[in-house]
Amino acid sequence: MLSRRIIPCLDVADGRVVKGVQFRGHVDVGDIVELAMRYRDAGADELVFYDITASPQGRHVDKEWVERIARVIDIPFCVAGGIRSVADAREVLHAGADKISINTPALQRPELVAELADAFGVQCVVVGVDSLRDEDGQWRVRQFTGDVERTQALAKTTLEWVAQVQDLGAGEIVLNCMGSDGVREGYDIEQLQRVREVCAVPLIASGGAGAMEHFLDLFRRVDVDGALAASVFHSGAIAIPQLKQYLHAQGIEVRHAVS
Amino acid sequence: MSATVLVDAGGANLGSVRYALERLGADVRVSRDAAEIAAASRVILPGVGAAASGMALLRERDLNKVLRELTQPLLGICLGMQLLYEGSEEGGVECLGLIPGSVRKLAAEPARDGKPAIRVPHMGWNTLQLRQSDPLLEGIGDGAHVYFVHSYAAPVDERTLATCQHGSPFAAVVRSGNRYGAQFHPERSSTVGMRLLANFLKIPA
Repeated sequence: MLSRRIIPCLDVADGRVVKGVQFRGHVDVGDIVELAMRYRDAGADELVFYDITASPQGRHVDKEWVERIARVIDIPFCVAGGIRSVADAREVLHAGADKISINTPALQRPELVAELADAFGVQCVVVGVDSLRDEDGQWRVRQFTGDVERTQALAKTTLEWVAQVQDLGAGEIVLNCMGSDGVREGYDIEQLQRVREVCAVPLIASGGAGAMEHFLDLFRRVDVDGALAASVFHSGAIAIPQLKQYLHAQGIEVRHAVS
Repeated sequence: MSATVLVDAGGANLGSVRYALERLGADVRVSRDAAEIAAASRVILPGVGAAASGMALLRERDLNKVLRELTQPLLGICLGMQLLYEGSEEGGVECLGLIPGSVRKLAAEPARDGKPAIRVPHMGWNTLQLRQSDPLLEGIGDGAHVYFVHSYAAPVDERTLATCQHGSPFAAVVRSGNRYGAQFHPERSSTVGMRLLANFLKIPA
């Protein structure tokens, strides 16, 4: 049976892994290759590298660090941030990334999703969706979330957008539930359930992990393909080997890492 | 004997496969030159993308003939494995015909009886069920997890060394004489995948 994936997300600025402090100011936490290998050894199923400087500043992803990771790593990895064209995506994929994830550029020009799927196949194309519930109870997407000064609410509902990008050729959706992000009180089960109903491609949950029980609750209540988290892994609050043992003991299908 | 040659069939995973082989200490070359491929001690056909465009590219580069005539060990990875078969339902394309049978689309299934839905593409880590022992699978245990990304797959038959189940079972590892195929991505399957590549490099040329 297909395993539920555990996916650490690493923020990258200028080729180094950084940690954001309330979306402002970033602290260097280490060398990108060293951290990638540490997570690989811990049994991460996949890694996401989010170039936090590329998208808001209108820069492209620096493929030099993508290639450095590709040379050493033997699990899949995805690069997010700063990919706005087929040419950008080609650079990143040819440098060795397995997938590319797009967010704001897809909102600005949805046809980009179709262009990427045609050029590289749907399996390479991940669409990141930043979603927040509004006062009327609807979840709607946000753009420019990489930069707090520029973050904008859009009229498009999250459910509409997820359906649209699938039609265009998205091979996977990462749903970042902004309301639960950073709060560490668990994934946004209700929203993920609703999105799951309209999402036929793999769905990855993001935002809210604070304890191992949150992952269990997520996988028991929503048929998501994976769970993405950042700070709980980086801080050491949750160790991936223990998390996987725990999930396995509770009957959740996870990959046991072989050393 | 000359190097292990990776056929440049335009797949985006070319680099990842090359790096994996380099980590194993292999003398590896990437080539689209028929003479160089014919002279290789071993040939690997990686591939990501669609069968029709994959075959079109091989024909355009005039590589289908040399691949058909190889006698040395040949390993197809992912789409590369599918191209070894006679044909693919994906675009109704005729493939290399090195392994009998045709590749078919995986069937999606809704969630039922508490079992999760079967989604296509089949993307993620799934387990191998071993059917036959073979030097290619030495050191790889039943139930080992490997990384898959695909929407089409080859049927299970007497050439299947290991199966995987996503809805129905399909051929995850295949061997027909000196032709081998892995539907998963060994270059992205951690220790298990590296073992398969190392085993392939040890098959006498």
